[in-house]
Amino acid sequence: MRIFDPHIHMTSRTTDDYERMAAAGVRALVEPAFWLGQPRTSAASFVDYFDSLVGWEPFRAAQFGIRHHATIALNPKEANDPRCREVLDLLPRYLDKDGVVAVGEVGYDSMTPEEDEVFAAQLALAVEHELPAMVHTPHRDKARGTERSLAVIAESGLEPGRVVIDHLNEVTVPLVRDTGCWLGFSIYPETKMSPPRMVELLRKYGTERMLVNSAADWGRSDPLLTRATGEAMLAAGFGDDDVDQVLWRNPVEFYGQSGRLDLGADEASGETGPGTFEGNSILRGGS
Amino acid sequence: MEPEPELERLRAALLAVPDGRLPDRDWLTEALARVGSEPAALGRLFAAAGRRCGREPLPDLPDWTADDAARVLLLAALPPTELPGQAETCYRHGDAAEKRAVLRALPLLPAVGDAGVPLLHDAIRTNDTRLVSAALGPYADRLDQAAWRQAVLKCVFTGIPLSAVSGLDRRADAELTTMLAGFADERRAAGRDMPADATALLDRLSVLHRSGTPARSGAEEA
Ligand SMILES: [Zn+2]
Repeated sequence: MRIFDPHIHMTSRTTDDYERMAAAGVRALVEPAFWLGQPRTSAASFVDYFDSLVGWEPFRAAQFGIRHHATIALNPKEANDPRCREVLDLLPRYLDKDGVVAVGEVGYDSMTPEEDEVFAAQLALAVEHELPAMVHTPHRDKARGTERSLAVIAESGLEPGRVVIDHLNEVTVPLVRDTGCWLGFSIYPETKMSPPRMVELLRKYGTERMLVNSAADWGRSDPLLTRATGEAMLAAGFGDDDVDQVLWRNPVEFYGQSGRLDLGADEASGETGPGTFEGNSILRGGS
Repeated sequence: MEPEPELERLRAALLAVPDGRLPDRDWLTEALARVGSEPAALGRLFAAAGRRCGREPLPDLPDWTADDAARVLLLAALPPTELPGQAETCYRHGDAAEKRAVLRALPLLPAVGDAGVPLLHDAIRTNDTRLVSAALGPYADRLDQAAWRQAVLKCVFTGIPLSAVSGLDRRADAELTTMLAGFADERRAAGRDMPADATALLDRLSVLHRSGTPARSGAEEA
């Protein structure tokens, strides 16, 4: 089972997790820029975070043969802090990077006027940089937040096929299914979505434009739930090809629209990417 | 390695990649002309060089990848007075591949002067083996001896082949010998192997220093 996790916050995971993910079949992932648990107090703090998403994390992932890509944005939570607003001015330089395959996570947290403004400004950046967008839907007042997000997207001029609406559930899927946007699902041990519930949604809505991720962030989460979902699909009677579509071909197709996805010449062999040495610092325990 | 012929070799090897594969020659030609007349355009072109020119090793110069070569040529196309500042900006604003390309460019661009030394220190502070090894080319002659020794030890510790270190035997001194011997003791005590190239270096240095060659340690201390 080859797995592309389209939304996972590796910054909050240990190197052991990379090893376990590789063993479970994860060969590629996208790490969206979001928060760090502790709110940041300046744009400079984001610079180091974004640098890590295009520097250290891809290096760490490559030790285990995992291709790491990122999405870059000012997230809706911190969009509300005026001290972080300058981050918007930094974004263009990161949106030019090879490893950046979308603008994200954008969207709503508390649906404030500040969030409106930052969301719209970043969708305009996606249009300008010819990148897809990843839209986070809020955990509170989710259904209305999703509808409002769809309205902002429609107004942005960004093609729906270049947008994924993420963290969907049974209530919000019907709002998105016919818009042409991609549908993202974060499989969590307890809250957002579980593997059995995900299988039910795939039965009901089919496997097209469906993206399954583990999110694996600062909450109670598990980076192997993509694999668990694939196994639940098989147990429920889906075929290997369905699993491959959901866990590999769909994310490749969605992020491939950036023109920047780099899965290596031989993506089937799972060998370590170029530019790394055997027995490098991480495998040896670092310094 | 003379800078000018080396740049010419890079250009020739990059353009010799068989037709139908990257690099995008039109893009490259235009980009090189543009940074000469409009240095501020470099940032975006530098970032795009990987997807425009490819990332594979060059068939005629396998030590170089297409993206590294393209980025070095972009820097070399700048007006010389712009070079120190632009090289630093490309490094500071770069992703890991851009940083690596700047490090590899330093020994080929005399107009940079000493402006690249802080970049070497930054690269050596990382644990990214691609950056540490790229920092230890000929330009590392400008590193002070203490920093250089630490960098060599870091290579041994992180498994970077010592072939990455330019002028290794010329510069290795009694102090480095002592540090390597200490590291070998720790590894032995832990029941772990030293990398073979580090053991070979230690053997060479031990013979040299046991035979009464005056230790050069201190002579080059900053
Ligand atoms: Zn997220």
